[in-house]
Amino acid sequence: MSTKNEKRFVYCDNAATTRVLPVIAAEIMPYFTENYGNPSSLYSKGRDAKKALDDSRARIAAVLNCLPNEIYFTGGGSEGDNWAIKGAAKANQKKGKHIISTKIEHPAVLNTLSSLEKEGFEVTLLDVYENGIVRAEDFKAAIRPDTVLAAIMTANNEIGTVQPIKELCAIAHENGVLFFTDAVQAVGHIDIDLKDTGVDMMSFSGHKIHAPKGIGVLYLKNGIRVSNLVDGGGQERKKRGGTENVPGAVGTACALELMCSDWGRTKRAEILSLREELCDELLKIPYIRLNGDRNRRLPGNINISCEFIEGESLILWLDINGICASTGSACSTASLDPSHVLLALGLSHETAHGSLRITLDVENTCEDIEYIASTVRGVVEKLRAMSPLYDNVLKSK
Amino acid sequence: MYSEKVMDHFTNPRNVGEIENADGIGEVGNAKCGDIMRMYLKIDNDIITDVKFKTFGCGAAIATSSMATELIKGKSIKDALKLTNSAVVEALDGLPPVKIHCSVLAEEAVKAALADYYRKTGREIDFDTGCDGCCDACGKH
Repeated sequence: MSTKNEKRFVYCDNAATTRVLPVIAAEIMPYFTENYGNPSSLYSKGRDAKKALDDSRARIAAVLNCLPNEIYFTGGGSEGDNWAIKGAAKANQKKGKHIISTKIEHPAVLNTLSSLEKEGFEVTLLDVYENGIVRAEDFKAAIRPDTVLAAIMTANNEIGTVQPIKELCAIAHENGVLFFTDAVQAVGHIDIDLKDTGVDMMSFSGHKIHAPKGIGVLYLKNGIRVSNLVDGGGQERKKRGGTENVPGAVGTACALELMCSDWGRTKRAEILSLREELCDELLKIPYIRLNGDRNRRLPGNINISCEFIEGESLILWLDINGICASTGSACSTASLDPSHVLLALGLSHETAHGSLRITLDVENTCEDIEYIASTVRGVVEKLRAMSPLYDNVLKSK
Repeated sequence: MYSEKVMDHFTNPRNVGEIENADGIGEVGNAKCGDIMRMYLKIDNDIITDVKFKTFGCGAAIATSSMATELIKGKSIKDALKLTNSAVVEALDGLPPVKIHCSVLAEEAVKAALADYYRKTGREIDFDTGCDGCCDACGKH
């Protein structure tokens, strides 16, 4: 383990947020300082901003293989989730008030569903089993005549597992059910072709792919009826009020193109290789398990549970050693309950409390991997040395 | 989130370990809730001459365990029984509200170890040992 004197810094919490890459920041900057017009204004500065916005829409649509008029800018991933779910459920409730989702969705989805339940909608949450993957047969069995919408994430934010969206979407459509996917963690990190997957709605967020915070995108397939969430001055073709975030839109277009370019795909392969190396090293530490399917997950995601220690202590020690990572243990948040995602995998509360999420991205290196592995090993040993649970294990041997 | 003092006790916890043939051992908490504190006491003539602890828990749990041991070391049993979670919090320059239960656990760990000492020495336990199952944060007690 490193001493405090070493100044090494490793950011490996890219599922939380990413650094705005310099090339993206450079492209955005003029939209703060020069081309700062309101896209709704009629004069040239406004028209310039509108052009930048529409260009960004077209660039995003081209990468995702959809039409530009199916791309709507939002304030972030959570807004997109809220808009798609509430909007589709309410606009189509004559068909029924039953919604299917999963136990591992992001709170932006789960809490939106809870809110709809208070308005008379009924929600079925699918299991994901030990591998963190939804089974098509479970989905099929959950569909009822009054099922109006399915909301199933493309990739999980904690364990990184990737769902069989194309297969699930096909089942939904065979049964006349609308399909929404929260792809906040997936877009830019795996290939997504909207025509191929067939989803009706998809949300993602700029700051997970090296664009700024405060910008999101909702794809709404043409012809899908969705009520407005934010009423206002008629922006976004009267579907989402509020002055558009032009620098954010430009940044998201730039980031998405970069992450899905040949460079981005090469980087993904490198990230996957680093992840596998790190995963192998971490799993050499006794009493550590990988959470979720090892192969059907995002390239940069590792989520492990370290038995006999608590996640927050682990994170604090990693931070002291210059490593930014995350824990699924809610002890570091306002709630003391462990992660609902880890519990959905069947982990005990005790095991779930000791989880660590490492999410690698384009800027991580081989040296980072060695440093993370050795530091985690040292911290785990240090914390276990004072753990009465580990003490019990040693004495029982 | 944490005061410098909490971080100091978290990174350099005092009195970590185990006392062989301890005169009193107390364990409180529950792994399900994410916190377990085990405390060992050496007592001579009603004076706590040594104290050690082991803790499974968050930064606050480790820091409050450490501070509690510091506050009772060298004290009489009578004085140790007066230890409150508020005193632990104050000595650590405060804790976030969601972490106050860790200080409660630290107080209870001290009392559980003293109760064990009372039992071993055939004395009547005339003090409240608090919840012996868990911190009060889960709302089940």
